[in-house]
Amino acid sequence: MVNAIEVSDISKQFVLRHTRSIKEAVVWLAKGRKGDLSEKFHALKNVSVEVRTGETVALLGLNGSGKSTLLKHISGVMLPDSGTVRTRGRVAGLIEVGAGFHPDLSGRDNVFLNGAILGMTEQQVKDRFDEIVEFSEIGQFIDTEVKFYSSGMYLRLAFSVAVHTDPEVFLIDEILAVGDEPFQRKCIDKIQELARDGKTLVVVSHDLDLVSRICDRGILLEHGNVTFDGPIHEAVSILRA
Amino acid sequence: MSASSPAELTSPGHGGGLRDIRQSRFLLKLLVRKELKVRYRGSVLGLLWSYVKPGVQFIVFYIALGVFLGLERSPRNPEGLPNYAVYLFSGIVLINFFSEALGNASRSIVNNGNLIKKIYLPRELFPVASVWVSAVHFFPQLVVLVAGCLLAGWHPNVFQLLAAVAGFAIVGLLATGLGLLFGSANVYFRDSENLVDMLLMVATWASPVMYAWSMVEEKLGAAWFAVYQANPITIGVELFHYAFWFPTTDGTTAMPPNLFTLWTPLGLVIALAVVILGQYTFRRLEGRFAQEL
Repeated sequence: MVNAIEVSDISKQFVLRHTRSIKEAVVWLAKGRKGDLSEKFHALKNVSVEVRTGETVALLGLNGSGKSTLLKHISGVMLPDSGTVRTRGRVAGLIEVGAGFHPDLSGRDNVFLNGAILGMTEQQVKDRFDEIVEFSEIGQFIDTEVKFYSSGMYLRLAFSVAVHTDPEVFLIDEILAVGDEPFQRKCIDKIQELARDGKTLVVVSHDLDLVSRICDRGILLEHGNVTFDGPIHEAVSILRA
Repeated sequence: MSASSPAELTSPGHGGGLRDIRQSRFLLKLLVRKELKVRYRGSVLGLLWSYVKPGVQFIVFYIALGVFLGLERSPRNPEGLPNYAVYLFSGIVLINFFSEALGNASRSIVNNGNLIKKIYLPRELFPVASVWVSAVHFFPQLVVLVAGCLLAGWHPNVFQLLAAVAGFAIVGLLATGLGLLFGSANVYFRDSENLVDMLLMVATWASPVMYAWSMVEEKLGAAWFAVYQANPITIGVELFHYAFWFPTTDGTTAMPPNLFTLWTPLGLVIALAVVILGQYTFRRLEGRFAQEL
């Protein structure tokens, strides 16, 4: 099997307080650069992860352990300070569904816009449009402006678009709490179907039961370091301990 | 979002700059359409605002400058400009295009922060889409301008129409380049959008929109006039005058010397240089957009 994702030795520092005006920066320079303009902290420290094609991996850890940051590096939203990230094929993030939705556009317009943002071509969106609408169970409301949707409808449509983008690598960040229970089950079935089709999945979630149903492998992060990498059940039991 | 074949490993997050836009034409089209739909949402007049606003602006300037300050030629004022209304409006539409394009492009990255923080896509799309949207809004104004020109007896030749295209291209490129520059700088320093607002105010008066170029040459002398003339917006406005206003006059008013042999090519070169500079700055800064927004 080939690697779908190769993360080698990446580090990332974040600036906590950062000045937003030139005035503050000039004052700081005039004072002879006294003090630090900003505080820094390590979000990721020398993290190396390899994921093979078709693997289902969960990134686990407490809040602020660097899971989402790692996911953002894999999607290309962030670039590492050092080290390299390489991916094979199209990577799509189901990162916070609905990020590309505009409340004043109709559901139909949003499907097209969001599909394009997630990297689909015009033809692909057209071909899958009916499927997307059907999966979302939005029905006749597809031509209503999204701002009138209930939050459940909104999430269902957004998830449905994302899940139909058909990339090689799926990044999923804490979005499995979608809608009511039947729909949630449907989403999980869909994700498991993707896994069976040989898609690579990287999932971030705090729902440990759910994660152990979907993923085979678990990676534990703590303060930006990988502390465990192995079968999902061991990872979950370490985290629960 | 990388279009490469699944067989090879690629580094995510390293875009190809403005070249990526060609691959994302579909997304660009949708972003432009979104802006157009959202712009006048909930307003009764809708797209009519694109006519009303420049129309009112034109009337105010025409009365204040043309009538009160005496820039319009009349029997009592033979020194004035003939067809001052056309002269004024052909400059105003171009400046309006530039102001809207640059103003929106400078804010585009920060305004789309939510998306940029979460999903990787060629970020140049946002400033470029802003310029594109402004070009669409420019169109109704152009229609009004042409209608006014026809009433004033407009009979352009092909060369004059080409001059309009060149003027539009120079200003469009300049707005794109500056939009990339200020749009990316705005992520780090929000002062940047205020700087742009100030620049836009200066731009209106730093080119011969309201007055004639000959007045500037008289006051400044040849050397400083050359500096004034090197401003790509000045060149764009003069090209528009040549295309829309000049053919409505008796043709005795002089156009700026060397407009086509020197200034038009120079304007294009400067505008292209600004695009390259903007693109370079943008790429230097975009790596940290997601964490700074």
